[in-house]
Amino acid sequence: MSVSIAFEKARADGRAALVGYLPAGYPDVPGAIDGLLAMVDAGCDVIEIGLPYSDPVMDGPTIQAAAQAALERGVRTADVLRTVEAVAATGTPTVVMTYWNPIEKYGVGRFAADLANAGGAGLITPDLTPDSGPDWIAAADEHDLDKIFLVAPSSTDERIAMTTAACRGFVYATAVMGVTGARTTTSDLAGPLVARTKALTDLPVGVGLGVSNGDQAAEIAAYADGVIVGSAFVRVLLDHADDRAAGLRALTALTEDLAGGVRRA
Amino acid sequence: MTTHQARPPSYDADAQGWFGGAGTGFGGRFMPEALVAALDELTVAWHEAMADPEFVAEFEAILRDYAGIPSPLYHAERLSQKVGARILLKREDLNHTGAHKIRNVLGQALLTRRMGKTRVIAETGAGQHGVASATAAAYFGLDCTVYMGSVDTKRQALNVARMHLLGAKVVPVDSGSATLKDAINEALRDWVASVDHTAYLFGTAAGPHPFPSMVRDFTRGIGDEARAQCLEQYGALPDAIAACVGGGSNAIGLFTAFLDDEDVAIYGFEAGGDGFETGRHAATIHAGDRGVLHGARTYVLQDEDGQTIESHSISAGLDYPGVGPQHAHLAAVGRATYLPVTDDEAMQALALLSRTEGIIPAVESAHAIAGALKVAEQLAAEKGPEVTMLINLSGRGDKDMETAIEYFGLGHEDVVLSDQVTEEPVGDVR
Repeated sequence: MSVSIAFEKARADGRAALVGYLPAGYPDVPGAIDGLLAMVDAGCDVIEIGLPYSDPVMDGPTIQAAAQAALERGVRTADVLRTVEAVAATGTPTVVMTYWNPIEKYGVGRFAADLANAGGAGLITPDLTPDSGPDWIAAADEHDLDKIFLVAPSSTDERIAMTTAACRGFVYATAVMGVTGARTTTSDLAGPLVARTKALTDLPVGVGLGVSNGDQAAEIAAYADGVIVGSAFVRVLLDHADDRAAGLRALTALTEDLAGGVRRA
Repeated sequence: MTTHQARPPSYDADAQGWFGGAGTGFGGRFMPEALVAALDELTVAWHEAMADPEFVAEFEAILRDYAGIPSPLYHAERLSQKVGARILLKREDLNHTGAHKIRNVLGQALLTRRMGKTRVIAETGAGQHGVASATAAAYFGLDCTVYMGSVDTKRQALNVARMHLLGAKVVPVDSGSATLKDAINEALRDWVASVDHTAYLFGTAAGPHPFPSMVRDFTRGIGDEARAQCLEQYGALPDAIAACVGGGSNAIGLFTAFLDDEDVAIYGFEAGGDGFETGRHAATIHAGDRGVLHGARTYVLQDEDGQTIESHSISAGLDYPGVGPQHAHLAAVGRATYLPVTDDEAMQALALLSRTEGIIPAVESAHAIAGALKVAEQLAAEKGPEVTMLINLSGRGDKDMETAIEYFGLGHEDVVLSDQVTEEPVGDVR
């Protein structure tokens, strides 16, 4: 199932879609699944599951800390697929966000097949651009999976055209020049980037990097098709490491705030 | 001696940075889209600079007047007698800041100034590339921030002090294993946010295109000079050349000039750590597992899920779980041979060179000495004592005295150091 279904549904409701992220395996595999299911129940339209990696160059301290803890506790690529299966079973479109080497090591074709079997919708690839990813593009097409590549404020129009032509599902616009992490103010680079991207594609455009509350979500939902939130959710789990029930309640509250935001624009 | 506009390098990458072809080869650019524009800009600027005689002339003038380059090619006669073959040392240890690395940073910093950027960042393991970067930044009046694993800032306090004295900011990195690979990650994170005014002075011939080719262009003077010096002084090319390989900048700097000389055998010596069989090593090519690390497809020390495994070596400069993609290519096509050298073999070679020639090499370079002397003995046994082995002595050992004190128990009167060439044969040829 392509994530585009969720974007179409949100568009029909006259609002932006809410995309929520957690890494698999933190605080442990069942704990991450519980968190993601709480986010689904409270209003996330699309779920992104992070595959923890030893060298995450695009991630700030919050996601690094959770991913590193997950790796230290022994999370494996197979656990990520298990997490996808549990979340996708709710009917909510579920994608994996991953650095490239673990996929190459698993086997690109094998991963695509196993992801499709688990009910996953596709991949977001922060360190793989379409010009470096012919293997992935071929495997995704063979298994009917979404290919979500990133565009950045520094991207030329030529590269945005090349990237969006290779995307399926949605286009991930990185709102800031920087790594993941909640920020107190939204970026003034995001609006112009979304406008440039929308001029070159009919695909939905989601904006990520830095969103942490409903007001910021509303601000972005005014011009984007989707609002992507990662570090703020992870921060909630890190802050409630000793009390999982409280962590789930806090995840639900944050999701409701953000879901309200995407409906306010 | 103009060397940096010499004939184009062989076994080079294509326009997208692939050595040996996209898909099947090594290199490429596996990087966040946010950095692609900067890497494209750098690629264009580097091509234009290398084609500009004024840039090349200024680079070579700075190398000459500031860094003491070209370094001499030295016939190590007492060592040669011991081995039974002619041993030539390219004396990169005599360069300003004590290693070949000054070539790369002066080249990249000169390019930074040409591009109008005002700040440089760098990663460092033991601190040598950090010190060299801080030196180049001071020379050109650029702001400099160096990322260094917090494990390394503690064990290399002297180099941290050097960087501070040279005006650089040193940022300890606590994430991951808190060593070189994590310092690279943190430098990349800085660069994503600062790319409009900042250049990343990458420390070795690895990383995303154009770094492997660009760093090679700035270090290839090592081999261009050595080849000309050898012909001038001895009227012939060497039978074999050798260098140590971590990321591989000194090795590719030496090898490039000789790649088309088919009669010259090429050897790269990787850090074998406690021994290849123990798993505690940094012999990335010898271990031979293809993957993607820090923006390039190359050989990577990794587990079955593709998570990077920490490397181990007594030499911080070789302690890296990846390797430059051109080396991976040269190994795959068989043009160069890469073999592991253990910590013990390297330290014995360090002692041997110190006592035989009065030259204390860097522990990194001692790996090249140890491996090359074994190969030279074998070649001499086959071909006779006229055999010539040319070794890149890539750096001096001042920085490694703590390591040597600990390893040998120096400072006590009863310490006896061997002055024998290691007797064990070299490992299996890959």
